[in-house]
Amino acid sequence: MAAVSLRDVRKSYTPELQVIHGVSMEIKDGEFIVILGPSGCGKSTLLRMVAGLETITAGEIAIGGRVVNQLEPKDRDIAMVFQNYALYPHMSVYDNMAYGLRIRGLAKDEIDTRVQKAAGILELKKFLDRKPRALSGGQRQRVAMGRAIVREPKVFLFDEPLSNLDAKLRVQMRGELQALHRRLGTTSLFVTHDQVEAMTLAQRMIVMNAGRAEQIGAPLEVYARPATTFVAGFIGSPPMNLIPKDGRLLGVRPEHLEPCAASEALLTIDVDLIEPLGADIIVYGRIGDGESARVAARLPADAKAQAGKLAVRYAPQNAHWFDPGTGKRIEQ
Amino acid sequence: MVENRPWLTAFSHGVLILGVLAVAFPLYVTFIASTLTLEQIMQVPMQLTPGDQFVENYSQVLTAGSTKGSKAAASSMLFNSLVMALVIPLGKMAISVISAFAIVYFRFPLRMFFFWMIFVTLMLPVEVRIIPTFKVIADLGLLNTYAGLTVPLIASATATFLFRQFFMTIPDELAEAARVDGASPMRFFWDVLLPLSKTTMAALFVIQFIYGWNQYLWPLLITTDESMYTTVIGIKRMIVGSDSANEWNLIMATAILAMLPPALVVMLMQKWFVKGLVETEK
Repeated sequence: MAAVSLRDVRKSYTPELQVIHGVSMEIKDGEFIVILGPSGCGKSTLLRMVAGLETITAGEIAIGGRVVNQLEPKDRDIAMVFQNYALYPHMSVYDNMAYGLRIRGLAKDEIDTRVQKAAGILELKKFLDRKPRALSGGQRQRVAMGRAIVREPKVFLFDEPLSNLDAKLRVQMRGELQALHRRLGTTSLFVTHDQVEAMTLAQRMIVMNAGRAEQIGAPLEVYARPATTFVAGFIGSPPMNLIPKDGRLLGVRPEHLEPCAASEALLTIDVDLIEPLGADIIVYGRIGDGESARVAARLPADAKAQAGKLAVRYAPQNAHWFDPGTGKRIEQ
Repeated sequence: MVENRPWLTAFSHGVLILGVLAVAFPLYVTFIASTLTLEQIMQVPMQLTPGDQFVENYSQVLTAGSTKGSKAAASSMLFNSLVMALVIPLGKMAISVISAFAIVYFRFPLRMFFFWMIFVTLMLPVEVRIIPTFKVIADLGLLNTYAGLTVPLIASATATFLFRQFFMTIPDELAEAARVDGASPMRFFWDVLLPLSKTTMAALFVIQFIYGWNQYLWPLLITTDESMYTTVIGIKRMIVGSDSANEWNLIMATAILAMLPPALVVMLMQKWFVKGLVETEK
């Protein structure tokens, strides 16, 4: 186990095409970090740079206090789980897990102990002789994790490992990942574009956009105090409403808008779309005074939602303000 | 398709049976001729039931060859053909799997240039470059040698191209996973790529075995010594002059012997062959 430091890490493929614009972060020993962002924001590239699969153009990455910029992946003491699992198709589950250990020249019984232990944790004992082809998606996912666990690395790197699973299995694996991290306590970096995964798994998260870290912080802190309009608009479902007001941008979460009498209204929504979700109702519409901003409000399940004008208000402490030019948060 | 049209069924079966006859009848005549005496063959019409010369004819060609044309025994010719048909596919595979590995998995200067260099040789089969190649082989003193028979046919782009296409379908993550596991490139090649290429290799082997076995023009040029004749050349050399001067019974026996090994290879490796062409184990 080890701390990981990213110091102004940059990546460019050509002088004009820079994909990572200087990311800095100190990851504590044993921390579970999620890198979150839309596709093409550079999150996988960042992870692959930590793994050593991409070169680092500028800056420094250190694992356990040792700068690893010039080290091969195998010398970095990391283990990686790939999105498509990348299991060796012609090897049995056992051999898939043992392969890296054999290359390292570990003794046969040491390998066996480790593989059996990992298979026990991941409930794979029954499948050790099978080929990956004969396993379901969730089982393959576990084998990929098993391959990482047996290495006993300093850092786990996960590259969207759950995105090939169906929704139900994803929730289950999410829980297993959490349990695994509690049990092993290994520093982990987890890349995803799924905000629910990020919110539930992360101890801290990095929200990335276009190669920049927009915000680094604990999930609830990021949710409660988004640092930029991008973070505000990316996290939350539906995301935070951003309404131009007095030359600034007002941000209010849909759940913080409550219906009220027309006289108390801070906003009036011209509702044109209603989505009842069972637990609550989400209504969408334009702000009444003709401005084009679209707004969503989350109403309790028993509210009477209908198309037409809806007067809403919000508590002042739930209002966020952003600079429309830079997109940065304006502290009150 | 589900159809119930008895006439169409009868008609299509008729066409298929005619097709089979067109292919099978000459083979049958060849076999019958190889069991007759020369006099029986010369009768018009030739009889179409097996004769009693099977053992005599085959032991004659296998041990001594014909009496009028080439004196090469079929056993030595079969051996020469076998060497050619084995060395060519094995040599091709050994070279092309490595060059495909280099082209797909390594970034080196002029990578695409070298790929296209290899690719362009597809346009230069032996027949096109036959005179310069003959000159080179002759100057190297390789006439009437196994090296002379096989080496010029080993270099080819087909296999390299086939392996390249196959390697490109293997996900990059597999190579990356091996890298994270600590496998060196050659280790990855041995432990992952080669086992995955098994079926492709089998398909290639079948195609190239037949290619090597059926070589005609090249061995015809560079083998002048009877001990180096391949079976296909041997048949040609047994035909010496006018129709009646040839020992057709012996020639037909040699022809049957020449047909058997490729047929056997195709039959025995059919399962692997089809697998290699249609599916990949991923």
